[in-house]
Amino acid sequence: MLANRIRLGYDKPILEQYWHFLRGIFVGRDYGFGQTAFSCPAPSLGYSFNQHACVTALIGETFPVTAFLAIGAFVLWMIIGIGVGAIAALNKGKWQDRFATGFAAVGVSLPTFYIGLLVLFSVVIWFQILPFPSYESPLDNFSAFITAMILPWLVLAVLSAASYTRLTRNGMLEAMNEDFVRLGVAKGLRLRVILRRYVMRQALIPIVTIAGLDFAGLLGGAIITESVFSLPGMGRMSIRAVVDSDLPVLVGTTMVAAVFIVLANVIVDITYGFLDPRVRVS
Amino acid sequence: MSNTAAPVLSVQNLRVSFDTQDGTVRAVDDISFDVYAGETICIVGESGSGKSVMAGSIMRLNNSSTATTEGKILVNGIDVLTASEEEVRGIRGSEVAMIFQDPMSALNPYFTIGKQIAEAYVVHHPGASKREVHDVVLAMMIKVGIPSPEKRIDEYPHQFSGGMRQRIVIAIALINNPKILIADEPTTALDVTVQAQILDLMMALQKEFGMTIILITHDLGVVAEVAQDVIVMYAGHIVEQSHVDALFHSPTHPYSWGLLGSVASYGANKRGDLYTISGSPPSLISLSAGCAFHPRCVHSMGSASACMTIQPTLRSVGADGSRSACHLSDEVLVSIGRGSDRS
Repeated sequence: MLANRIRLGYDKPILEQYWHFLRGIFVGRDYGFGQTAFSCPAPSLGYSFNQHACVTALIGETFPVTAFLAIGAFVLWMIIGIGVGAIAALNKGKWQDRFATGFAAVGVSLPTFYIGLLVLFSVVIWFQILPFPSYESPLDNFSAFITAMILPWLVLAVLSAASYTRLTRNGMLEAMNEDFVRLGVAKGLRLRVILRRYVMRQALIPIVTIAGLDFAGLLGGAIITESVFSLPGMGRMSIRAVVDSDLPVLVGTTMVAAVFIVLANVIVDITYGFLDPRVRVS
Repeated sequence: MSNTAAPVLSVQNLRVSFDTQDGTVRAVDDISFDVYAGETICIVGESGSGKSVMAGSIMRLNNSSTATTEGKILVNGIDVLTASEEEVRGIRGSEVAMIFQDPMSALNPYFTIGKQIAEAYVVHHPGASKREVHDVVLAMMIKVGIPSPEKRIDEYPHQFSGGMRQRIVIAIALINNPKILIADEPTTALDVTVQAQILDLMMALQKEFGMTIILITHDLGVVAEVAQDVIVMYAGHIVEQSHVDALFHSPTHPYSWGLLGSVASYGANKRGDLYTISGSPPSLISLSAGCAFHPRCVHSMGSASACMTIQPTLRSVGADGSRSACHLSDEVLVSIGRGSDRS
């Protein structure tokens, strides 16, 4: 025990430990001495004594799963969210609008763990349309990959799309009342052109902000979705780390999530400049 | 008004109403008038009298899901109200163009002004080459008085002042050489000094392009300066239609008397007091029977008179060719209109 403490560096003062951690990110980190010596190459996020592996390697294994889940769900939910929102805005007050508004209200209120389990139960166990999801890398077995991912994609997408439906609908309705949209109509432009260049352009700006942050949040691990559909991603690893008190892993995944949030903010700000010339710095 | 040529714009029995939660708002109620080539017609009236709604329906800009429009609006012999979307698009921007009240919000903030002017040209000249479009846009920017247009063509609306933006809106409106220009309070949102510049520009361009201008305003000073014919609107009705000189020298409707009496340079009495029309414009949801103006009219003939029971229609009054919708007799209208005491 004491040997392990010394081997992993837990006998040192906190500040020194923190310094070693930070240094490890850039130059890698060596543990132990003599025959039991091993090292985690840079960028090292520490060593999990539970799983006997470098945290960076663990994240390297689980991150692709999370990334695939996030990208697929993100694409789907942007299409569903913006599509349904646009249909609602164009048919304001009609049944399409009421349906979309209802969908948004239900989608926003439903918790992922409940809907996830319900979908898993009905599709896989009850109707047996799909086999029980077991993740495989898309490079090894693409169809198995799709089979495993389709349900979590859909569940995440549909539930997250709800708030985008609201945003799109309200943003478009607001934009349609703008004077410059009226001027666009007065120019004799086609409705399609007005929607794309005038209405959507304006409605998209708040969506970009939220989409960036939501996507970054997903990259940090969709904890519940991954757990429900037993996808070996970062989110599920984080939850395991909590249960097993596997602190280095938890520190590592949190760190990665934080980096994505910061990155997303930067990207959102840059995108702003492209979308709105008033924000551009000359 | 006694013009033998066919009118470029003919509005016949136009009614526009909006369904709201509180009831039906009759924004425009049975309006008819003709506009002839090259003239400048002013439409005056206080806020909520239906001016802008009326102007919007000439290009069918009002929201069709909430507004109900009846009557006929003939532009080039085409009834705008029943024409197909395709036909109306052909009229918008090319036959009839519009200038809006607030230049700060009338331009798309996400595109360069060059692109926005070009867009208006290209939509009606689909075969135009890039070079040609660029030249036309530059020429138009010079015409509306934008300094160093080669540089400013690639700038965004927020880099322009209010007056410059209104010049760009005018450039967009005139780029296709329209027959009719509708200007919906084009100077209201601008500084006083800029107002005069914009009006002068519009008048100069009218001479050059020979278009008809329908100017919506509540500034009677502007009316006196630019108009030939004036339509006075109140609560969705035309209450007086006169030549501009006739309106200012012998107005024939009590509401016109009130309007003129409230203008500083024109209506102040010996003590320097301005006349005010008491009360406020009526709610267009529950208009009382009879003349819409009677609750505020000092000349109302009292209870049970025609003023309170019968809606007056436009009729010719006096020798100036003025038309008035008032139940007072011709003699009374002419003599009060000529008199100095308008209150």
